Amino acid sequence: MVASKDSGENLVSVQVDDHWISVPRGTRMIEACKQAAAEVPHYCYHPKLTSPGNCRMCLVEMGMPPRPSPGEEPELDADGHAKINWMPRPVIACANTVVDGMGIRTQSLLAKECRQGVMEFLLINHPLDCPICDQAGECTLQEYSVEHGNGQSRFLESKVKKPKNVEIGPRIRLDDERCVLCSRCVRFSKEVVDDDVFGFVDRGSHSVLTVHPDRKLENNYSLNTVDICPVGALTSNDFRFKMRVWFMRETKSLCTGCARGCNTVVGSREGKIYRQSPRENNDVNSAWMCDTGRMEYHQLENPARLTEPMIKRGKKHRTVDWPEAICRAARDLTKFKGEQLAIIASGRMTNEELYLTRTLAESLQPGVVDIVKREGEGDDYLSHCDKNPNVNGARKVLKIRSPGSKLKSIRKRIVEDKIKALLVIGEDLIDCGFTEGELSSLQCLVSSHIIANPTAKMSHVVLPGAGYAEKRGSMINATGRLQRLNKAIDPPGQSREDWEILHELNRAVDGCDGVTELADVFTQMASTLSIFKGLSLSRIGDLGVDVMDTGETVPLLEREARRVSEGLIVG
Amino acid sequence: MPIVVQRPRLTIAEKCYFPAIMKGLRITLGHAIRILLRKKKVTMQYPEAKWDDHLPEHYRGAPALVTDEHDRERCVSCQLCEFICPPRAITIIPEEIPAGDEWQKVEKRPKIFDIDMIRCIYCGMCEEVCPEQAIFLRKDYAITGVSREEMVHDKKKLYEIGGRREGLVNKWNELK
Ligand code: SF4
Ligand code: SF4
Ligand code: SF4
Ligand code: SF4
Ligand code: FES
Repeated sequence: MVASKDSGENLVSVQVDDHWISVPRGTRMIEACKQAAAEVPHYCYHPKLTSPGNCRMCLVEMGMPPRPSPGEEPELDADGHAKINWMPRPVIACANTVVDGMGIRTQSLLAKECRQGVMEFLLINHPLDCPICDQAGECTLQEYSVEHGNGQSRFLESKVKKPKNVEIGPRIRLDDERCVLCSRCVRFSKEVVDDDVFGFVDRGSHSVLTVHPDRKLENNYSLNTVDICPVGALTSNDFRFKMRVWFMRETKSLCTGCARGCNTVVGSREGKIYRQSPRENNDVNSAWMCDTGRMEYHQLENPARLTEPMIKRGKKHRTVDWPEAICRAARDLTKFKGEQLAIIASGRMTNEELYLTRTLAESLQPGVVDIVKREGEGDDYLSHCDKNPNVNGARKVLKIRSPGSKLKSIRKRIVEDKIKALLVIGEDLIDCGFTEGELSSLQCLVSSHIIANPTAKMSHVVLPGAGYAEKRGSMINATGRLQRLNKAIDPPGQSREDWEILHELNRAVDGCDGVTELADVFTQMASTLSIFKGLSLSRIGDLGVDVMDTGETVPLLEREARRVSEGLIVG
Repeated sequence: MPIVVQRPRLTIAEKCYFPAIMKGLRITLGHAIRILLRKKKVTMQYPEAKWDDHLPEHYRGAPALVTDEHDRERCVSCQLCEFICPPRAITIIPEEIPAGDEWQKVEKRPKIFDIDMIRCIYCGMCEEVCPEQAIFLRKDYAITGVSREEMVHDKKKLYEIGGRREGLVNKWNELK
């Protein structure tokens, strides 16, 4: 929330740890403390979910200005604020809102003792699982225990045994001994994805989290509960025991599973991706992403990945080096003129790659340029029915009016022998209805893929490209937001980032060379296309910028905004 | 604050080194004579004979993995030693203990555990960091091999060197 947006009327003065700050009326105490750089430890509070106030970790000392009797003037301190009367008992900072003149102490003896007490209670039955717990290293129980805990246990009795290693869904394992009963997972499932499967049963120290006996946690957003679980009670089967979190490098990127373009963090170590999790962007995906998109990275590990450029000799492909492959592709493609040549690009390409395809098309002058349409099932949350992540980019950069509409006529003209050469980038044509007969009748088929497929098998020149986490670039999502894709790992073997391949092809065809890095491509593109005017690759930033108005809205964000306006959540 | 160390004043005899050289020669000659007269042994037929019995308790030799009193491998593959190891000698790939295994409740164990003994500097950090008391520096110091591969100790070799250690950690007892 930006304070300057509100008029002076709506601001209140709050004292946090002896400093006065102004925050909008209705701000939660915990958020006010955050703005004053006084982080209040918490478990159950999550800004995107309602606040049941059940963990008591956020207890702070609170005080109010006295209510003067009629005619009496309040006593003022040196700053002109009314003197605060401190309350003898603590309050939770997560569910209470501030009022004018309120005082909050996060570091007083009372607040510290409260935290220490809550930590001690939480650890009474907690197992000594850190060495085998995937959460270790990013566990708030570990962190707060070091910061606010006692360092040793006074508990001599036997710990309560609870269910461990329980399959509660196809992708998630539950360990009840580690659960701190914060109910974040319960609220997420109920409030955000309308799948109320979780609940607490039993009482006191025997309370456990469980799923409905006849149901499983299997909605397509289930893995978000693993992210918001502050401890290692919910762990992902996919990530389970694969890598300790402190070894991973985190790269801010995008999911390219559909046109939503959810912001992500990709965790990798030594050239291998281990997990992908959502990154908060309140204009795109809130703080969530779907499970399907999360698992997308596995396609990069496909054993059929193409790793070397190849040229077809007779019936067989042989591997060649890049200059030879590019030279051959350029020589073959330039033999054909106008109507004889077609280019089929992809809605999975970045704007930069599409732009280089466009300049290539300007030199080669093909009869048609199109991309492949990729319709799928969407839902009422984030997942979009357009499974191409950058159709809007293709519309703007490659001037595709109606994606996929020309594929039929391309096929027809191949059969009629009017089209003799085809450049295919990132698509398997057999998968889009082309027949092997049609492709084999071409005199020249140049294609670029990341995974071996029938089209690559029929191609005269095969150029191995990079997967979405192996390259940089920008994309425009369904709501018209320009966002940046980042490189987490290197493409395998000799394969290259697609913009480099296209740039080399351009150079081999037209001889021009004004580009040394990806940012130059964007700059060139920004000088040609009005939609990118004034932007550069770095100016897109981590959260992206709106460049188009597509008229689309995100159902999940709309519901979130409604809950914010009702005061249910902070947002 | 700087500490000023005074240079010692040397006598003329000390300055010309000659007396010191003579002193050294006398000791060497003394040993030689005593060995020739078979009065004393100052060398050892290494490697047939070894000095091992005299190694101090705190001696740090090759790091090795140990099993517990039930022959359970103690290491749970937490990878803390891999993290702490200064020369990055340790490589671990964890795996899940399959259902039905006697120690299924431990959940996790190393599938691969390699220590590259060309890299290891015998610092003992791995032993110190291990939360499960699973890795110890043993008294083996003569680690040889004719190829780089041979110098990598795998899980089997590590348990061979390490053997069994009882007690220490009892968190995986019947209460768990
Ligand atoms: S939840 Fe946190 S404190 Fe508990 S075992 Fe896992 S890492 Fe350790
Ligand atoms: S499983 Fe995690 S998120 Fe759910 S209640 Fe327990 S600690 Fe909270
Ligand atoms: S002794 Fe030191 S160098 Fe050798 S494996 Fe252990 S931590 Fe690494
Ligand atoms: S620190 Fe101990 S338990 Fe952890 S991986 Fe190393 S040897 Fe195994
Ligand atoms: S964060 Fe306030 S009670 Fe849990």
